[in-house]
Amino acid sequence: MTEVALQAVELVRRIEGAVSHTLVNGIDLAVNKGEFVAITGPSGSGKSSLLYLLGLLDAPSEGEVIICGQPTSKLSESDRADVRLTKCGFVFQFHFLLPEFTSLDNVLLPMRAAGRMAESEMRERGLALLGSLGLAEHANKRPNALSGGQRQRVAIARALANRPEIIVADEPTGALDTASTEQVFSILRDIADQGQTVVVVTHDPALAARADRRIHIVDGKIAEITERDAGKLVCAAEG
Amino acid sequence: MKLLFNIAWTHVSSRVRQTLVGMAGVAMGVGFTIMMAGLMQGSQLDFLRQLVDTMPHITIEDERRSVPTQPADQEYGAVQMSDIANVGKRPGIKYPESVMSSLRSWIPGDVAPSAKTTAIINHGGARIGITLSGIDTRREVQVSKLASQMREGKLDDLSRAPNGIIMGEALAEKLGVKTGNTVLLIGGQGIQLNSTVAGLFRSGLKRVDESQIYSLMGPAQVMMGQSGVVNQLRLRLNDPMLAQKVAAQVEAQTGYKSVSWQEANADLLSSFTVRDFIVLTVMGAMLLTSSFATYNIISTITHEKRQDIAIMKSLGMREYAVRRIFIIEAAIIGLVGILFGWILGYLLCYGWSKITIFNPLTGTTVPLQIYYSLMHYVVVGGISLVCCAGAAYFPARKATCVHPVDIIRGAS
Ligand SMILES: Nc1ncnc2c1ncn2[C@@H]1O[C@H](COP(=O)(O)OP(=O)(O)O)[C@@H](O)[C@H]1O
Ligand SMILES: [Mg+2]
Repeated sequence: MTEVALQAVELVRRIEGAVSHTLVNGIDLAVNKGEFVAITGPSGSGKSSLLYLLGLLDAPSEGEVIICGQPTSKLSESDRADVRLTKCGFVFQFHFLLPEFTSLDNVLLPMRAAGRMAESEMRERGLALLGSLGLAEHANKRPNALSGGQRQRVAIARALANRPEIIVADEPTGALDTASTEQVFSILRDIADQGQTVVVVTHDPALAARADRRIHIVDGKIAEITERDAGKLVCAAEG
Repeated sequence: MKLLFNIAWTHVSSRVRQTLVGMAGVAMGVGFTIMMAGLMQGSQLDFLRQLVDTMPHITIEDERRSVPTQPADQEYGAVQMSDIANVGKRPGIKYPESVMSSLRSWIPGDVAPSAKTTAIINHGGARIGITLSGIDTRREVQVSKLASQMREGKLDDLSRAPNGIIMGEALAEKLGVKTGNTVLLIGGQGIQLNSTVAGLFRSGLKRVDESQIYSLMGPAQVMMGQSGVVNQLRLRLNDPMLAQKVAAQVEAQTGYKSVSWQEANADLLSSFTVRDFIVLTVMGAMLLTSSFATYNIISTITHEKRQDIAIMKSLGMREYAVRRIFIIEAAIIGLVGILFGWILGYLLCYGWSKITIFNPLTGTTVPLQIYYSLMHYVVVGGISLVCCAGAAYFPARKATCVHPVDIIRGAS
């Protein structure tokens, strides 16, 4: 029996307002440890919204997100921040690196914020991470001296800094050229193969096809789940 | 914390010009406030020092605070009296020597007797009303700075000249008399006395220098027409600030009206209070205004760094930690600004102390008195730092309470 790293139960996210809007509309999902899941779907279907909920960036209107067996809906904002810091790594379409900091300092940021390692230990890990992503010689460069692909790899290194169980990536290759896209994707694939759980939103069907599981979302609901090895599996998508 | 400081430092160090403007703002505010504090307290203390040096700290008069009861009051339960003439003679202080020795046993200072009366000084057609105080020259040294205020002659010269008197330089100038000249004193009951000017003094207080005259006890008692009477005891305390307390005790013990220098100058001192209030308000406003530039910078930085704030929060940094970054930035600007403000303030004080102005109070040209106090620097610096932190807190709070999702959505 494989271990569930990330689980969504009846997840709903609604925006209340003059015109109420349901971004995520009842999603049930369990992602195993070490699994690589791709989320696809048309623009505006609620992929990002789902990802924010899974990564505890946003709080659901209903339902529950369970991370490594821990329910999170009742956590305070600062406890959620702690979970983000240590258990979830984020990668966005835009790299969001701090422009004044070098690659290494950017990677060190989450480690320093967590404050669990000695400075020398942190630097060692930061350099190792950058090295493993092929950025060894860019450790002391600032983001504006790097290419788009390099920046995104630094952002991945930052997401990996505190050895999170789960990596969530929202269209991480959306702004990259083909070569960089390929590179970033194989890095994410490697991460999953090494036992970390990866959930990635992508528009690219070819990339999605390389995931262990592909989850297609339409209008905030799961429309279709495709397992890589076991052909097609239509989910009971009501409505 | 080191991380927060690092981030804060990158923010301010990459905005050199803005940061310098902020620091300059704080420095100006702090510098000018310190200058104002030094000037204000300097002039005030200078004035008080003159007052305290010139005036007795406590004056015991031969009167009571309430009207003395009449014998008829004591005899009959219900009498009403009105228009009782204060007949002729002043009562004087009874047994002044024993009162003085009793006071000397406990007051932290010394006491001297005097016979005080008013007279008209007549010289070459000029007639000027003056206050004549008969003093005991040996005792006087203990209770006043008169001896050191002498410009011509000495206190002892009073006993050498026939009916010798000492007057203020200002009065002498007005009358056109010099040491050695003779003037005519006319007392209340028409008593006339030819007196020799034995010396001149200058206290620095105009009203004293223009209307106060000293003689030995004898001539003053003659002018009053009451030989041997002492109607005033003057006390000098080691600590003038105790005057009010001691005066109350003296009054309780002796029953005579005892007036501290603070009470005697209540009107002046209350005008100081008003002045203090105004100046403190202005100084507070200056410090507050000087932190506006800091507010401006922090607002700008938080606005420009919205994405960084969002990403730091999304990475799991606590909101208060992110907010602290901007408080640290303001503190950096504030601290450097305060440091330069201290230097500026000191230089301004030093500059002012080189300037001499005409003091209408004393009629002389004197350097501006500056009061240097570490307290000014500490308090002004502290207030300024609080202002800067406050100026940063509000924009920082506004910027850091945003939901990271809102910004991340907007950016991608
Ligand atoms: N705060 C909001 N208020 C109203 N509508 C929103 C808000 N945030 C997102 N939306 C809308 O919700 C839908 C889902 O957004 P999103 O999850 O970003 O979709 P995707 O990532 O699949 O493109 C979109 O139509 C978007 O415009
Ligand atoms: Mg999206």
